[in-house]
Amino acid sequence: MHPFNYVAPLTVKEAIDILEKHGDRARPLAGGTDLLVQARGNKWDLDAVVDVKKIPEAMQLDVSNNGLTIGAGVPCYQIYDHEKIKSDYPGIVDGAFIIGGIQIQSRAAIGGNLCNAAPSGDAICPLIVYGATANIAGPSGNRDVSVEDFCVGPGKTVLKNGELLVSISVPDPPSGFGAAYERFIPRNEMDIAVAAVAVSVTLDNSGTNFESVRIALASVGPTPIFATKASNSLQGKPINERSISEAATIAKDESSPISDMRGTIEHRKQLIEVITKRMINKAIKRARG
Amino acid sequence: MANTNIHITTTINEQPYEFLAPSYMSLLDALREIVGLTGTKEGCLDGNCGACTVNVDGRIVDSCLVLAAEIDGCKVETVEGMASSEGLHPLQKAFLEEAALQCGICTPGFLVAAKGLLDNEPNPSEHRIRHWLAGNLCRCTGYDKIVKAVQKVSSEG
Amino acid sequence: MVQTFKHQSEYKVIGSRPVRHDGFDKVTGRAIYGGDIKLPGLIWGALTRSPHAHAKIKSIDTRAAEKIEGVLAIITSKDMPETEDKMVDLGEGDENPRWTSNKLMAQQKVLYKGHPVAAVAAVNRYIAEHAATKIKVEYEVLEAHNDVDSALRKDAAIILESLEGDDLGEKIHNTNLAKHEKYEFGDVDKAFTNATYIEENTYTMQMVHQGYIEPHNATAFWDEEDRVKIWTSTQGAFTARTALSNLLQLDVSRIKVTPCEIGGGFGGKIPVYLEPIAALLSKKTGRPVKMMMERTAVFETTGPTPGGKVWVKIGADKEGKLIVAESKIWFEAGCNPGSMIEPAAQCIYAPYDIQNTRIDTYDVIVNKPKVAPYRAPGSPQVAYAMESAVNDLCEKAGWDPLEFRMSNASDKDTRRGDGVKFSVIGTKEVIKATKNSKHWNSDLGPAEKGKVRGRGISHGYWFNIGLKSSVNLNVNKDGTVTLIEGSTDIGGSRASISMQAAEVLGIPAEDVRPSVVDTDSVGYTDVTGGSRTTYATGFAAWEAANNLIVEMKKRVALYFDRNHKDINFESGVFSVEPDIENEKPERNITFKEIAEKIDDDDLGGPVNSVGSVDLESAGDGFGMHIADVEVDLATGKTDVIRYTAVQDVGKAIHPSYVEGQMQGGAAQGIGWALNEEYFMQDEGGMVNSSFLDYRMPTSLDLPKIETVLVEVPTPLHPYGVRGVGEVPICPPLAAVGNALKDALGIRFSDLPMNPAKIIKAIGN
Ligand SMILES: Cc1cc2nc3c(=O)[nH]c(=O)nc-3n(C[C@H](O)[C@H](O)[C@H](O)COP(=O)(O)OP(=O)(O)OC[C@H]3O[C@@H](n4cnc5c(N)ncnc54)[C@H](O)[C@@H]3O)c2cc1C
Ligand code: FES
Ligand code: FES
Repeated sequence: MHPFNYVAPLTVKEAIDILEKHGDRARPLAGGTDLLVQARGNKWDLDAVVDVKKIPEAMQLDVSNNGLTIGAGVPCYQIYDHEKIKSDYPGIVDGAFIIGGIQIQSRAAIGGNLCNAAPSGDAICPLIVYGATANIAGPSGNRDVSVEDFCVGPGKTVLKNGELLVSISVPDPPSGFGAAYERFIPRNEMDIAVAAVAVSVTLDNSGTNFESVRIALASVGPTPIFATKASNSLQGKPINERSISEAATIAKDESSPISDMRGTIEHRKQLIEVITKRMINKAIKRARG
Repeated sequence: MANTNIHITTTINEQPYEFLAPSYMSLLDALREIVGLTGTKEGCLDGNCGACTVNVDGRIVDSCLVLAAEIDGCKVETVEGMASSEGLHPLQKAFLEEAALQCGICTPGFLVAAKGLLDNEPNPSEHRIRHWLAGNLCRCTGYDKIVKAVQKVSSEG
Repeated sequence: MVQTFKHQSEYKVIGSRPVRHDGFDKVTGRAIYGGDIKLPGLIWGALTRSPHAHAKIKSIDTRAAEKIEGVLAIITSKDMPETEDKMVDLGEGDENPRWTSNKLMAQQKVLYKGHPVAAVAAVNRYIAEHAATKIKVEYEVLEAHNDVDSALRKDAAIILESLEGDDLGEKIHNTNLAKHEKYEFGDVDKAFTNATYIEENTYTMQMVHQGYIEPHNATAFWDEEDRVKIWTSTQGAFTARTALSNLLQLDVSRIKVTPCEIGGGFGGKIPVYLEPIAALLSKKTGRPVKMMMERTAVFETTGPTPGGKVWVKIGADKEGKLIVAESKIWFEAGCNPGSMIEPAAQCIYAPYDIQNTRIDTYDVIVNKPKVAPYRAPGSPQVAYAMESAVNDLCEKAGWDPLEFRMSNASDKDTRRGDGVKFSVIGTKEVIKATKNSKHWNSDLGPAEKGKVRGRGISHGYWFNIGLKSSVNLNVNKDGTVTLIEGSTDIGGSRASISMQAAEVLGIPAEDVRPSVVDTDSVGYTDVTGGSRTTYATGFAAWEAANNLIVEMKKRVALYFDRNHKDINFESGVFSVEPDIENEKPERNITFKEIAEKIDDDDLGGPVNSVGSVDLESAGDGFGMHIADVEVDLATGKTDVIRYTAVQDVGKAIHPSYVEGQMQGGAAQGIGWALNEEYFMQDEGGMVNSSFLDYRMPTSLDLPKIETVLVEVPTPLHPYGVRGVGEVPICPPLAAVGNALKDALGIRFSDLPMNPAKIIKAIGN
């Protein structure tokens, strides 16, 4: 590991200045559960880590009529222990609740998960199906990027030199909305998704038709995938086994997994189909309350 | 070399501490190498075994994935802080009585983790205990007696 | 030896469950494990490791690393002493020091990913590890062989050029085949022609790791007079000393090994890895040097137990008698020979009485870490094959697999596949206990929707070993006894050894105070491994305790002014009948009382004794496990929902720790069955070398593990103790496999039986 400096700025501006100055030899530190492992594994040669946890905007956790704002450094447990988030954003909680074990969840942030941009990141697909945006601050000002556009490759994001993820905004779910996320792992905890699916549905007033659907897939491509074809296939469709099965098959076709130590192509494709079905049904159930 | 020593003021097992640690040093190493508390163990250094579990401000964490610099101003509890003048903590007693350790390298981590659970949830189900402890690996016991020891304390609690 | 088997009610200490002597230190964090050693002036060492599995080393450039502030010394294979080319016995397997030296620090070639090529000493660990990454090594990459088939190809690259292979006694060169052995009894070919039912299959498996939570570590100090002190987490301080003596070319008496508390080993902490490197860095710097292995390196360079291939063919007559068995066992040895093919041959047919048997074993060099013992080394792999085949045979013929095992069970005088005949064994008692167990007599229960359930059983066998142990006892004034031993305590052996002494001495277990000491402070003691510690060191403690009684009787005689031959000892009390002639009354005195008198009065000075054993064999151990599984048909996920381990333990000295051994072994076996494996890249090298991706079971992956202790005492030990640590890892692979077969109707013959394979098989 390259010996690095530790800095804990108190403002976004300060953080950006340090990051900009060091270029790729500095990185933000949220929970550190990816960063410290990677630094030790010599993935990065860092001169500085920039702790974001003393920056108020990065530690905010607000739920209001405008939606949910999650500071980039907020650890998972604060999300799943939050009564209002639990009741109003169960799909987000599904992801936060399964990242690592309890010790990891004390530290690991949703923001860190997103910025680490692993295809398997358990927080990312839920954010995509909730239509969340990443609030980015940088040397040339602030900008917002939809979460589905945030990851551009394994470990790669849209963030440019000096840019920092400040928080994530999740819009207030409309009525008739439900969402769920599930992954498949060979063990029951402490494992990385072999394949995973998040689904959100918005049902019409009758509760028997899909108004709109968002489906996102993890661990089956270079980034988490927003499965637009599968999502669109359900738009305006009646809720029945056939429409759900068809969407699951399309989702399977939209996935492009590889075979590696965590799973095979064949198995991953099968899992996407199975879990998509299960998640559509779970999201419907939640939408119906 | 781009690093400095960081001045850290903290409370460990209810005792005040002040020390300097290199900016890149983990809490685990600071406890073991600087403070001299070697009860917290190293198993993997990547957050997967829980042998290094300590409690920081009421939450259990893997101390290998926390920088010493981050605990400035925090309250840290380690296995060394569990026993008191009244003797062993009930969990420590139960681990002995139930033979919940074999080699014992995982034991400090399990004890600190289990305490973290029972402090907040005095009567967890077996499933909850197993779920809470899933971040702690034990290769010797098959977990059976560990879970029993925790159950014993929770039912007596 | 006086056989003292008693009914449990007659034992005072044996069979009870006292708190272990080292327990307090271990639950308070005070126990000193290898990684906890601190010495004045301590510096740290780290290794530069090969990223390739097979490559020529073209050059090593240490200049950049040397320039880093805080770096104190760098060594390469040039600094390793010239070693002899001969085989040395290290307790659980032989090693050739020249190859071992090369394995620890590569000479011309690297033979496995992670192979050390240089070592750095620096003022602290971070600098040492950082500097190690700055040593530039130029490699010429060679073809790597990951498995036995590839390594045995005619055109395979030769991994160990100096290897002289042994093909049934014939010397062979330019080969990756280190050894081919054969065992044959009866007339196998003829018996197959007489068999009504025949079952044949090939089973494949990957290397798996012991998975101890504590990484390897070593601290060494080499002084100006060439005396070397080592502190380390080792399963055998004396065998480590022998290995170091060969590697460092120093007399054993110049080396003192202090065995620290150890965080698991399961066989994997018998070999030395960091110890000689730390010693040489200390020699070069004049400072004590500590090293701690990174987890990736623990996986990539230490431990594993062999993967490979086992072909079995078995035949039974129409009455259900198993009349013939034939097998071929190919094991991956890693970069040096020695893959436990012998124990595999000893174990494969052990649960059965079969007249006609043949076994061929092949020890194959591959570009992977040299294997090390892992709980019953070689036995789980062959049990997986044999026990799967037996079930399939039963299915073919329509026989009950439990009854079949009973009617073909091995017994006293049955000949094993390697020709050895059994003494008293508990195979049948174990099967009976399985049949009577709660688990066997309860329903599988209904599966959840979309899931199916199945139940499987399997045998497991390990012969257990004896070997050498020493124990010293000293009587204290307060009536307690200190017990000095050399067996590393990995799971309660201080307790189980002390309890055997306490039983003899008639004092409570707590009154025996055990200490595990360094190689200068106790007589030679072999490794904690082979399930021998409670058996052999316990035997030595029993002997020392009996010797202590003899000595104590002399003091009692002095005190009572009587002849020591007239002194009796029972249940902790020395007594003597009245001597009417000389008008001497009956007298009694407890162990505690006389201990105090000896210290105060002139009764011949301190009392101590020695026990020393060299045991050729130990009691064979059998076990049978029952596994219930539930499989999700859509995802291929298997959950073990109920599990029972039944085992003949001879005599359980401390039942809690016996149960613990059975549960721990079962857990490891379940991990091996379902998920654990060395996942190799095509170009060689393990890719899943972290706990995250190696996937050992967590607490949430296992059910309660029920245990049934069967006690068929072995006549080889005063209390009938059989080793218990190794048997329980043998049955789970096939028990789970047979349960999957029951659930799905599909035979899985490739380990691990993970969800991807299950989905593939269901799809087909
Ligand atoms: C034992 C273990 C188990 C795990 N299990 C899971 C799992 O089940 N599922 C899963 O998805 N992941 C898992 N992970 C990975 C990791 O815990 C998660 O990805 C976690 O959410 C990362 O968050 P963090 O706050 O720790 O990120 P950090 O490690 O602090 O940061 C991650 C990356 O994001 C960058 N970064 C952090 N904050 C910002 C910011 N504000 N702006 C820009 N860049 C930033 C960092 O520089 C770094 O590159 C596991 C890790 C471990 C060690
Ligand atoms: S050492 Fe920290 S989790 Fe293993
Ligand atoms: S007791 Fe050895 S790892 Fe848990």
